[in-house]
Amino acid sequence: MTALRMGAERGDPVLRMQGITKRFGSVTANEDISFSLHKGEVIALLGENGAGKTTLMNILFGQYLADEGMVEAFGKPLPAGAPRAALDAGVGMVHQHFTLADNLTVWENIALGTQGLGAFSLRPARVKDKIRDLSARFHLSVDPDARVGALTVGERQRVEILKALYREAKVLILDEPTAVLTPQETDALFATLREAISMGLSIVFISHKLHEVMAIAHRVLVLRHGRLVAERGIGDTSAEELASIMVGGEVRAPDVPAMPAGPALLTLSKASAGVLQDVNLSLNAGQITGIAGVSGNGQGALSDLISGVLSLQSGEMQIAGQTPAQWDARTAIAHGVGRIPEDRHKTGTIADFDLTENAILETYQTDFARAGWMDWTKARRHTEHLIQTYDVRCPGPDTRIRLLSGGNMQKLILGRVLEENPQIIVANQPVRGLDIGAVNYVHARLAAARESGSAILLISEDLDEIMKLSDKIHVISEGRLSPAFQRGALTVAELGKWMAGQGFAHAS
Amino acid sequence: MRLEAISQPSVSRRIFPPMLAIVASFVIAALLAQIAGGNPFAVFGLIFKGALGSQFALLETLNRATPLIFTGLAVAVAFRAKLWNIGAEAQLYAGAVITVVLGTGALAWPAPVLLPTLAIGAALAGAIVLLIPAMLKTRFGVDEVVTTLLFNFIFLLFVSYLLEGPLKDPMGMGWPKSARLIPEARLPRIVEGLRLHWGFALALICAVAIWVIDRKTTLGFEMRAVGQNPEAARFAGIPVTKVILKTALLSGGLAALGGFSEVAGLKGSLTLDLSPGFGYTGIVVAMLALLNPLGVVAAALFVAIIFVGADSMSRAIGVPTYLADIMLASALLLMVLAILFTKFRVRRD
Repeated sequence: MTALRMGAERGDPVLRMQGITKRFGSVTANEDISFSLHKGEVIALLGENGAGKTTLMNILFGQYLADEGMVEAFGKPLPAGAPRAALDAGVGMVHQHFTLADNLTVWENIALGTQGLGAFSLRPARVKDKIRDLSARFHLSVDPDARVGALTVGERQRVEILKALYREAKVLILDEPTAVLTPQETDALFATLREAISMGLSIVFISHKLHEVMAIAHRVLVLRHGRLVAERGIGDTSAEELASIMVGGEVRAPDVPAMPAGPALLTLSKASAGVLQDVNLSLNAGQITGIAGVSGNGQGALSDLISGVLSLQSGEMQIAGQTPAQWDARTAIAHGVGRIPEDRHKTGTIADFDLTENAILETYQTDFARAGWMDWTKARRHTEHLIQTYDVRCPGPDTRIRLLSGGNMQKLILGRVLEENPQIIVANQPVRGLDIGAVNYVHARLAAARESGSAILLISEDLDEIMKLSDKIHVISEGRLSPAFQRGALTVAELGKWMAGQGFAHAS
Repeated sequence: MRLEAISQPSVSRRIFPPMLAIVASFVIAALLAQIAGGNPFAVFGLIFKGALGSQFALLETLNRATPLIFTGLAVAVAFRAKLWNIGAEAQLYAGAVITVVLGTGALAWPAPVLLPTLAIGAALAGAIVLLIPAMLKTRFGVDEVVTTLLFNFIFLLFVSYLLEGPLKDPMGMGWPKSARLIPEARLPRIVEGLRLHWGFALALICAVAIWVIDRKTTLGFEMRAVGQNPEAARFAGIPVTKVILKTALLSGGLAALGGFSEVAGLKGSLTLDLSPGFGYTGIVVAMLALLNPLGVVAAALFVAIIFVGADSMSRAIGVPTYLADIMLASALLLMVLAILFTKFRVRRD
């Protein structure tokens, strides 16, 4: 893949977002973001999950109303909150999760929604001719008569792109387009995109993958915590620099005092599971082990493996020197593994259950039931205790948890975990999306658990968080884990190299 | 115009729309009654008189509600755990078949032993009938809506074969019906001389039992957790597959008890018209009850009142009994709509 350096001649911007600010309660998802896109230009939008990329695109497409700021396409302001306005103005979106009807053919999918209800004369031949013409021009080979359900993922993506082009889109927004593609399909996609640029289209490319960004973009915008933190011409930057900007921060001493490492409470040796390959890891008592890395590189698999919801394919896992005979969520909990899942809404809690029911979700059988009968009085008392001890702000234990803010929800999960005095704690993105008060609270609690001798695995896409808390740090990249680096042993530039995938031995 | 979710609906918002739905369904029925040539007030008066106006009518209504409580409970239990059991009809017939197989002389035991045996046998048969689609779901991801629905037709044809073959009553003069149960296999009447049988009491006991399981036991907690959010349940260590299978056993067993109760309590033998769609009406009952086990009893009574009352009304003034079906259908549709409005408000912009 050779980088495109032809550059865009600056003219009037085809797309401009000016001063966009969007708040959800106390969390600011986008803060004063401005950028413009020019004809024939590719800009990459880089940022971690929760950095605000999706919110920004939802504002562009009228799904959300911005609190401040405005959007302009081809010099004309777009009315806020009108989902069709951006489409009509020639901005097309290719979603990460395709929006195609499997049981219809390619041409039907493409024509769908382009004609009003009153139009009786849909002329298949004309539609198909136009599709064939577009296919040829943009190297998007797809049979217009094929049923979408029978297509490969790569072909479906071509249909999505054709759909946008069919509607005369002049600006294409691609949301993580390569996440689902093979390397060959990615190359083909890039060939198409280059063709599109040469015909005067403009592209916004949203991605985590640094080498792809380096290969296709003219300019890179980096979002972090809802703010535009850097804008670089592609010639003036490197993958390593982008990695360190994206996850943030500078090298700093941890906020927690150094402690001698205790015995290893959990070890992985040459462990493979899901996308993880030959991972070696040791979690020691009284230590926080931080896992840094760009999102989607195996953090989920690592967390799932230790949490007991993913099983080992090969290699070994030992808990306090013993290999457990079986490994599932209940066994993990019984072995003293406390689990703080990445997604507190989908995995950590049941939205329509009240606080009590959520508080006992993992321990109802062992602690709050006898011979199959629930002891709700005890469960309620326990929940009231958690609410008190962990400062969960809520009307009471009978409140449905969906009504709580993210921070209070997380405090309840934290209480649920810590109250069992876990030997090992897996905290996957424990402060994502929380306001600063809740962030500090969660960090203080984790530090206290470390003090009392727990071994903590902290997985975060926020390097600042990792640096602030960890005794030792591993970098995860494409399912592989770097060696452990002791606190302060590594510069941000070095971390950036590991995150960009350099330094790993390729032979296993 | 768009729908906006309400985070904490007020009490009036939770109660008012469902009540309005019931009232609206009566208004629709009134209009139709008028069109059909009956005075709406007379029609409704006759419906209620026909269903509740005499001791005989009242007991008839309770008898009619009995199988609906069983199938309504079966559906409610399954739906709460997001197991879409549309096959209560087949499970009901499975219970009826076992009752006839064992109760026509095969087991010549005294009633206090034989009746519980029949009930348990029936429940097991229904449980197995639903276990198969449930396992296909957990093992292979086969959609249980399709399998349970289609199995209804297969099972009804199987019953038809049984009644023409192995189970055909030799004394039945060629009719496709089974032999009659022996007297020990008949559910006695609750009060001697009145038509109401112990099946109704069993249905009420089941409703209370399901309510207790739901609120007080670990199984109930697990079933609700799996129904609400299987991913979080699995993460928390709840054995999701096992819970789904247990739910299937419970649901299928309840529907089958309906079949046992109809044969042993009311009919005394099995014919192909044992159930005029109790299994399907059970879905309506469960939905009207918002899947609450005690609500099922109330909803089953409501449905039985309309059906029994409409029969009697139709005999008196000739407005077709289809009015009952329409009332039920409109009540259900309006109820679904009403539930939507307890959770969302309409925004114009």
